[in-house]
Amino acid sequence: MSRALGTAVLLLAAVLVLLPFVYMIAVSLAPAGALWSGSLLPRPGLAAARDNYAFALTQVPLLRYMANGAFVCGMILLLQVLIAAPAGYALAKLPFRGRGVLFGAVILALMIPIQVPAIPLYVGLAYAGLLNTYTALILPFVISAFAIFLFRQFFASYPDEVLDAARLDGFSELAIVWRLMLPAAWPAVAAFATISVIAHWNDLYWPLVVITDTDMMTPPLGLAAFRSSGESTGNPGALMAGGVMVTAPLVIGFAFFQRHLIRGLGIGAT
Amino acid sequence: MTAVPDTAAPAATAPDRGDTGRAGALLAGPAAFLLAALLFLPSSGVLLLSLTDYRFGMPDFGFAGLANYRAMLGDARVVNALGNTFLYVGVVTPLSIVLGLILAVLIEAQGRLRGLLRGVFFLPVTATLVAMATAWEVMLHPSFGLVNTALAALGFDKQRFLTDPDIALWSLAAIGVWKLMGYNVLLFIAGMSQIPRDLYEAAAIDGADGGWRRFTLVTWPLLGPVTLFVTTITLIRAFSEFETVAVLTNGGPNGATDMMLFTLYEEAFRYFDIGLAAAIAVAFLGFVAALSILKVRLFDRRVHYV
Repeated sequence: MSRALGTAVLLLAAVLVLLPFVYMIAVSLAPAGALWSGSLLPRPGLAAARDNYAFALTQVPLLRYMANGAFVCGMILLLQVLIAAPAGYALAKLPFRGRGVLFGAVILALMIPIQVPAIPLYVGLAYAGLLNTYTALILPFVISAFAIFLFRQFFASYPDEVLDAARLDGFSELAIVWRLMLPAAWPAVAAFATISVIAHWNDLYWPLVVITDTDMMTPPLGLAAFRSSGESTGNPGALMAGGVMVTAPLVIGFAFFQRHLIRGLGIGAT
Repeated sequence: MTAVPDTAAPAATAPDRGDTGRAGALLAGPAAFLLAALLFLPSSGVLLLSLTDYRFGMPDFGFAGLANYRAMLGDARVVNALGNTFLYVGVVTPLSIVLGLILAVLIEAQGRLRGLLRGVFFLPVTATLVAMATAWEVMLHPSFGLVNTALAALGFDKQRFLTDPDIALWSLAAIGVWKLMGYNVLLFIAGMSQIPRDLYEAAAIDGADGGWRRFTLVTWPLLGPVTLFVTTITLIRAFSEFETVAVLTNGGPNGATDMMLFTLYEEAFRYFDIGLAAAIAVAFLGFVAALSILKVRLFDRRVHYV
């Protein structure tokens, strides 16, 4: 009995949580006039659906935004791993001068939100003439204290005997990182990759600071600009179509990477 | 580390501490440099800027002491934004934690639906908040939105959810709960999966086999550390709310939904009052760092539950 009640509560809650998604899709498929019909969900129409998505793709450079977002997320992730993995390995396995200080710095860095260094970073990028560039979108995030911390934790449990054997086989320390450590830490890499991509695909704050050129906008910034432009007033269908297309890659990706994502967020990303 | 003296190992086959020391410094070097250049230097810069009267584009500037902090605490906009932020945090944090806990407990009691339900509640975490905020905006539209259509059908008055100064902040809080609840569901489920099964069996032998008594006797006490951790994370996330304000209300109507990060953004990058903005950034850092220290202190205990 109590389990049936629990199921009922859960299903009701699930409907409420899914409602904005369902509504977004429904509006994206319907003519603007259908919103005024008084029914809860507007009736979809094939022509209206085509118009809405065509508008979002042609009148608004949505594909360009998504390509920008994909490139920026990819570069950020690549550089984060390239820089953090050797550092995580050094912190876990190589005694060197300043190791304790660096680890303390990593812990400290975990506590600093991007909004704090944002002002000097902006001033620096402005003086360097780098506003409205991919560099401006990517640079502040290439160093991830969380990635260093995560990799260090994973690498620490790797057996030292294997490392010694690899060194005897002539592996350089860098080769050990790429060919032994990272493959062994694959779950950590996958978990980190999912949370990094989610964070940067969805980020609005930093792109809003450094980007004003339409051509350089990322999906959330482009969508926000579309929303506040005259183009979207009276055309909620096109705006929702844009929302569906911006949200779809991550939601669909989530279906495949749910395990990694849950592990990654469980480890404690912010 | 090792008691074996370096001389005991053949130099050609086993690297000594000097080698690994150099390799370690070399491998950690780029990260250390970038941490300093991209994080610590600019963050210290903000501390210094908060003590100056710098305005972006001005050729010279001078030391201003604590003037920016005094200005911040006397600034009607900042004070209003802080009040709104605390109200928002005060509503969103407990609601998203309690609802997250209830849903997590109910989900874990489910059979086949479990995986599907986890995915559903977790969807808002992955979804692009800017896109979902615009969806909420259409849903809350004063004339045709789904919520007002439903209210009208039930005989209630329609509401201007995002433009009525008495309601707007609550509307944003509802969106905030919608977003943060799913993340908390996940963290609680992760915590519950670490509770040993035999504790429930022991509780059942003692007569506690009902759902509620199982919860009060076993689940809740053992979720203590997880709950503390969830609380610090939720506080930080609620305190950092920016998207819904920037996209849906611009802090309006009449500052009713102005919050700390939005004020910081506007003072810094719209009005270029860098000194004041830096002071706000330092205050924001103080709050987040205090919570983060708490979070890191809980870290050791938490990893056992994940």
